[in-house]
Amino acid sequence: MSSTPRPAIDVRALEKSYGDQRVLRGVDLEVRRGETLVILGGSGSGKSTLLRCLVGLERPDAGSVRVCDTDIFAADRTSLAALRKRMGMAFQGGALFGSMTVAENVELPLAEFTDVPESTRRIIARIKLGMVGLEDAMDRLPSELSGGMRKRAALARALALDPEILFFDEPSAGLDPVTAAGIDELLLQLRRVFDVTIVVVTHEMSSAFAIADRLALMHEGRFIVIDTPDSVRKCQHPVVRNFLDRRPPESMDGAAKFKKFLEDDLGG
Amino acid sequence: MLVGGLRIVGGATSRVLTDTGALWRLFVSACSRLLLGPFHGETPRLRATVEQGVRAGNRSLPLVSLICVLTGMIMALQSAYQLEKMGAIELVPNLVAISMIRELAPLLTAIIVTGRYGSAIAAELGTMKVSQEIDALVVMGFDPVQFLVVPRLFALVLVLPCLTVFADVVGILGGMVVAVGALGMGAGTYISLTFDVLVLEDVFTGLVKSLAFALIIGLIGCHQGLETRGGAEEVGRSTTTSVVRSIVLIIAADLFVTALFFARG
Repeated sequence: MSSTPRPAIDVRALEKSYGDQRVLRGVDLEVRRGETLVILGGSGSGKSTLLRCLVGLERPDAGSVRVCDTDIFAADRTSLAALRKRMGMAFQGGALFGSMTVAENVELPLAEFTDVPESTRRIIARIKLGMVGLEDAMDRLPSELSGGMRKRAALARALALDPEILFFDEPSAGLDPVTAAGIDELLLQLRRVFDVTIVVVTHEMSSAFAIADRLALMHEGRFIVIDTPDSVRKCQHPVVRNFLDRRPPESMDGAAKFKKFLEDDLGG
Repeated sequence: MLVGGLRIVGGATSRVLTDTGALWRLFVSACSRLLLGPFHGETPRLRATVEQGVRAGNRSLPLVSLICVLTGMIMALQSAYQLEKMGAIELVPNLVAISMIRELAPLLTAIIVTGRYGSAIAAELGTMKVSQEIDALVVMGFDPVQFLVVPRLFALVLVLPCLTVFADVVGILGGMVVAVGALGMGAGTYISLTFDVLVLEDVFTGLVKSLAFALIIGLIGCHQGLETRGGAEEVGRSTTTSVVRSIVLIIAADLFVTALFFARG
């Protein structure tokens, strides 16, 4: 890693609030080239907002995001467009265009941003869909696919332009364990064979530990720990322990709450 | 009490201003994409525009025909009821033609297209928004305004005037059916009386109106769709809002354009 000093993604002091709610409270993050970084966190921890900032869908209140050495919130239109071709994103629900077939979805970025002729586009789409095991579903509409197939199709579309960086939002949420493991395996292959930098946001522990080179645990708008899976496992920080051991936080301990309610409000 | 009232008025005013600003920005950005895009090497989306035009026209044509035939007939009957007393029955074609072409055909067509196509735009873009398809477009490097708004807006600007002219003709024919069937007027007489009174400016007034209505329907439909937040329930709300706002704005714009032509003489 020391031979590539410039990180693929460099996030500095990112802040974002919605009204009074501070979602991101000074996030710093470096994603190295060629690594798989998994961002873990509970619901409302700010991990989805961070991902939206990383791909430029959400403008932060303060701080900077540099992807491939381009500051995405200061870049002009042309360099941002160039950068967008170097990154792909697979959305949680797939976000496939419902009026197009699966193959047309994959061909869309090729048709728009490359000079590849139509017949070749079709072949590329077939290859990409073959990678995710969907070559038989090429001419089906997204509405005819299952949730797992939609996710895989979304991955194929994200890979259409051979991106250097792949973002994946909740790859295994709502999938059965076997399908989820299949997607994990696919991500591992991508990293191994194509040297893609991968950023995954998830709350699925097993999948996170299976694919991550480094894990980053987010809690209340900040990273508590960013380290290798082994170090994270040994980490003694209470929030990390709660997350890894599936313990409820104190504020949600129902029995204690109820006891306190009986004692305080009903006078013992 | 006073403070509460002021707060409500202030809140409503600021919402109206924000929305007006957003509509204006959408309009400017759609126009600049349409007109300047080709100079930045963007290929105009002709196929999408034609597709949308066909959708807008096809969906609305049967209803426009039906409603405008009926309205033409009603206009003929109502005016005959009044004019017969004065023995001025030959003014019926005049009245039907002028009221259809200057007023009713553009207005009714716009309202039908709002219900048929404006609502469909809001629902479609709203669904795309809540299922993150719009986000996916942005991440892939597409401009949603260029990709989605421009074809719809441009298609409406092309199709609505055509539908309006069609509605003009159908409305006049409806009037003729009544005049021939119930008033005993000859078809030839009806048509020649119609053309005697019509001037080009009448048609022009109607077309200016329909252009304004096309922009209203397209901008509000797209804006409501793209502003949808949350889930499926919100899509329904944006769709309803788009129809209500379009109709109110269409009628307001109708008065404005009519007043403008009236003042001009």
